[in-house]
Amino acid sequence: MTARSKIEARKLDFFYGSKHVLKGLDLACPEKSVTAIIGPSGCGKSTFIRTLNRMNDVVAGTRLAGRILLDGADIHDPEMDPVELRRRVGMVFQKPNPFPKSIFDNVAYGLRINGERRRGRLEEVVEKSLREAALWDEVKDRLRENAFALSGGQQQRLCIARALAVRPEVILFDEPCSAIDPIATARVEDLIQRLKTEYTVVIVTHNMQQAARVSDYTAFLMLGELVEFGDTKTIFTAPVRKMTEEYITGRFG
Amino acid sequence: MNKRALRNLKEKSVRTFFFLNGLLAVVVLAGIFLLLLVSAVPAFREIHLREFLFTKTWDPTSPLKETYGILGQIASSVLVTLGAMILAVPVGIGVAAYLSDVAHARVREIVKPAVEILAGIPSVVIGFLGIVLIGPALAKLFGLGHGLNGLNGSLLLAVMSLPTIISISEDSLSAVPPAYGEASLALGGSRWQTLVRVKLPAALSGIIAAVMLGMGRAVGETMTVLMATGNARAFPTGLMQSLRTMTSNIAIELGEVPYFTTHYYALFAIGLVLFIMTFLVNMVADIVLHKYQQRES
Ligand SMILES: Nc1ncnc2c1ncn2[C@@H]1O[C@H](COP(=O)(O)OP(=O)(O)O)[C@@H](O)[C@H]1O
Ligand SMILES: [Mg+2]
Repeated sequence: MTARSKIEARKLDFFYGSKHVLKGLDLACPEKSVTAIIGPSGCGKSTFIRTLNRMNDVVAGTRLAGRILLDGADIHDPEMDPVELRRRVGMVFQKPNPFPKSIFDNVAYGLRINGERRRGRLEEVVEKSLREAALWDEVKDRLRENAFALSGGQQQRLCIARALAVRPEVILFDEPCSAIDPIATARVEDLIQRLKTEYTVVIVTHNMQQAARVSDYTAFLMLGELVEFGDTKTIFTAPVRKMTEEYITGRFG
Repeated sequence: MNKRALRNLKEKSVRTFFFLNGLLAVVVLAGIFLLLLVSAVPAFREIHLREFLFTKTWDPTSPLKETYGILGQIASSVLVTLGAMILAVPVGIGVAAYLSDVAHARVREIVKPAVEILAGIPSVVIGFLGIVLIGPALAKLFGLGHGLNGLNGSLLLAVMSLPTIISISEDSLSAVPPAYGEASLALGGSRWQTLVRVKLPAALSGIIAAVMLGMGRAVGETMTVLMATGNARAFPTGLMQSLRTMTSNIAIELGEVPYFTTHYYALFAIGLVLFIMTFLVNMVADIVLHKYQQRES
């Protein structure tokens, strides 16, 4: 692997109370590429990507050991402000979660909390982000409408636009298509493919075909341990470990 | 066959029972309203409604000319209530936000019941505190002869409406889907920004309802204001004056008024005005709360 790693976990352990959920994970996500995290339900995929932007900080009773490096800098360093970190490492959740606000206000949210008030600038970024999320044409005449008026797939693309608006460096997707229909899924996958020219993307997915379609690299997790990591083609055609092969051919999970 | 018939009968009687209970509540409410109305109407054989509502002077026992103007009492009620809300709303929302957002589970488990116990303190005890504690303190602080005035009443009513405001606001803040907060944090929002820009707006209708209900409690409260506000009849020009609210006036005079006189009927008319005012406040709260629950589902 020649690509520079953008964000990486080193000897990462994670606990919910006494429950050991991630066990000595070593995983580096290469810059400007799509890394897929696959594995059976409950193996710690969500937990893992939530450690990358410190979203687990807000969950009581959790403990983390090991290091996570963003551009080589430890994200748990006292110098690193978690709020600032989350501006650099954005996240799109499993279930679309727009705010109960207008479409425009949803996308503008990240800028506004950063103190941006200039109307022109906001409009510019909202349009650009909605275009990037392939939603602009569908909503350009109804930006004042409540986001809940959109379909599930549109809401998910709105959440992507909202994440893009703050210009993060890394975007984390936690099963972004599990709550939307196949056509919307195709659009989101298409979108993720295009994002990697500018962003580093990490996507958790339950769907093997999706991992094969959208990702450049794939990590296979089992019971909180990394079983295998490599470029997607290798993982799907010539995995080294027997367990990986059995999982991707659908013999369990 | 027999079994099913029996079960049907049981279903039916249970349903009828609950229906009757609901009906009872409505009947009692309607009954109170009717009683007030019937007892109030005779007052207007001698008093013009306009005079009643818009005259400042209330002097039903004057040897010269009896006057029945309740504007001063309405103003007093409004003034004391508004004062109470100005004090209680920021504190109440602040505490609710703290409980739902910041406090550890252990703290919440102590504070929430404590707040609910506060709601159960008899109003006469609160009024007592107004006389022996707040009154002297206000007198000293502002260099007054005594501290039985509007501000004293407002402070006490604020304390009394806080449990309602805190409890219902906290409920509606806790009902905000956690996904909203997560979305805001993931975009680089601080906890404060997340609270102010996402959670409070999402809980707004519940909070408005909480404030309205707290206000309804304050407007109708009698014993506390009776004890703490000094009960002067003069038209109030500020919270630093002694003033007499509608509730106090009824409580003071109803025990001594000769029955079936205009004065007697006029006191019921004040009660009717009060009833309508609290009814409106509660109705607005209910409508807002309903709208909120509908949107959530
Ligand atoms: N907040 C939590 N508290 C306690 N245990 C949790 C919590 N979240 C997840 N877990 C547990 O951690 C394990 C990994 O969960 P998760 O990361 O959600 O898996 P995945 O996303 O791969 O399905 C599961 O066994 C799950 O039950
Ligand atoms: Mg998951």
